[in-house]
Amino acid sequence: MNDATTSSTKLSLFAVATGQKIFWTVAPFVVIAAVWQFASQFFPPFLFPSLVDVFARVIDILMTWSKLSSVLTTAMRILGGLAGAFVIGAILGFVMVQSKYADRFLSPVLTFFQGIPALSWVVFAIIWFHGVEFRILFIMIATTLPAFTFQVVGALRSMNKDLLEMVMSFRPGRLKFFTAMVLPAVLPEILTSWKVNLGNASRVVVVAELVGSSGGVGFQLLRQQQLFDMAGALAWTLQLVFFVLLFQRLLSFIEKVAFRYRATSERRL
Amino acid sequence: MRKPESVMPQDTPFETESKAEIVFRSVTKRFGSLVAVDHLDLEIGQGELVALVGKTGCGKSTMFNMISGLMAPSGGDVRVMGHDPFKEFDWFRGKMAIVFQNDRLLPWRTAVKNVEFGLEMLDISKAERRRIAMAWLDQLGLSGHEDDYPHALSGGMRQRVSIARAFATNAELLLCDEPFSALDEITSKRLRAEFASLVRKNSKTAVFITHSINEAFDIGDRIVVLKRPAEIAHDLRISPETTDAEKAEITTMIHESLSK
Ligand SMILES: Nc1ncnc2c1ncn2[C@@H]1O[C@H](COP(=O)(O)OP(=O)(O)OP(=O)(O)O)[C@@H](O)[C@H]1O
Ligand SMILES: [Mg+2]
Repeated sequence: MNDATTSSTKLSLFAVATGQKIFWTVAPFVVIAAVWQFASQFFPPFLFPSLVDVFARVIDILMTWSKLSSVLTTAMRILGGLAGAFVIGAILGFVMVQSKYADRFLSPVLTFFQGIPALSWVVFAIIWFHGVEFRILFIMIATTLPAFTFQVVGALRSMNKDLLEMVMSFRPGRLKFFTAMVLPAVLPEILTSWKVNLGNASRVVVVAELVGSSGGVGFQLLRQQQLFDMAGALAWTLQLVFFVLLFQRLLSFIEKVAFRYRATSERRL
Repeated sequence: MRKPESVMPQDTPFETESKAEIVFRSVTKRFGSLVAVDHLDLEIGQGELVALVGKTGCGKSTMFNMISGLMAPSGGDVRVMGHDPFKEFDWFRGKMAIVFQNDRLLPWRTAVKNVEFGLEMLDISKAERRRIAMAWLDQLGLSGHEDDYPHALSGGMRQRVSIARAFATNAELLLCDEPFSALDEITSKRLRAEFASLVRKNSKTAVFITHSINEAFDIGDRIVVLKRPAEIAHDLRISPETTDAEKAEITTMIHESLSK
């Protein structure tokens, strides 16, 4: 009986906590939406379209295959670019950690690359390459590679030396050393770097899609601009935002499962 | 009384150098301008149980790092089982096990998976690994905590997991850096006794660092007292026949050289 009461209090506490969480996630957006909707009463639709229209367009995109495929194409381009940049960045990162000369040579080059705007890569890609997909992949990789590389280098360098030596004292083979020590040690920082680069990549991809692509969110946005269609522009933008949120969620979920070994303090930061 | 002598294998006069398990010949280790180990000569024979005693910072852990091949000496020669531990690093797979000064458990592995770690390097089957690891955890009083992550264990429990990890590999050379320091007196006493009997029963060679002279008496056949930088101050043999009076005298002597 006592148990039942405590568990029901626990349940209601849990409900309150979840309710609060939802409230604080949703509230800011509700406020912004309300302000927008209010403005739409006084301005023409090409400036502030009604959110009802925007919502209808969002649904339309999701329900129409030809439009939805644009969203999926862009999503694939983001993920493809990130995957490519990550693989190359991981290799470069390993080389840089192992060789002082590689580090000295590559660090300034990558820093230099970081200073080049995405739009410049677009121009280079158009001049250098032909295929649209290849151009986009090139732009995506060129813009996210430096950050990925530096993050991999940072993760490898910050591996705990005590643990590293402990593992080495058992004389593992290369593969075992990598899977049992390096991978789990760097995984947290790798996941964080994916989260950061996802944001960057989703902003670059729409620019990259201006290289002559006939599909994708960037292409659709350009069309909305030509049509002066604000509701459409918003609806397409939201698709990209949704994708980023969804993927971030997935990464957070992986984090939660993979790092359940972590100690948490009962005190907040 | 049998005066504690400064000795090397006096009872085996014909022992050749290769027969000794660990040989330090004029070993020096520098960290920049700091000399941590200074022209150290030391031999430890197969089956010996040696306690290393010395002031904090005198270079004991550094000696272990050179024995285990994690560090190269700056000068001189270190030989373990006739091989160079730094250059022939992989040759020692499965031949030595280390209990580090801090527990060094992998935070992403549960207690039992941490204990299994060394066994994984030796290509022991999964079932066998689990069986050995469980037996060691049980022996160290950790049954029920097999599936806990290190963060959920107390300091002494973590230390015991790291002892289990080292002992589970059944290596012939054991290096233990203050293995029982994080434990209460009673647990520590029990584990010392088990440690000593384990080493003797399986005729392993073991070197352990300790700050406790009692602990050195409890388990050691031999006590090596180091000065700073690591250089031998005393090299003493003890046996079950060593009387309390002799022990008291030795203790005074160690205290004296440690307070210099
Ligand atoms: N990696 C390193 N880099 C620089 N100096 C070091 C390094 N390791 C040890 N030292 C120095 O070498 C000396 C000996 O250190 P060591 O860890 O061997 O001492 P110890 O005898 O184990 O001491 P304790 O009993 O406190 O553990 C110390 O002065 C320490 O500062
Ligand atoms: Mg030490």
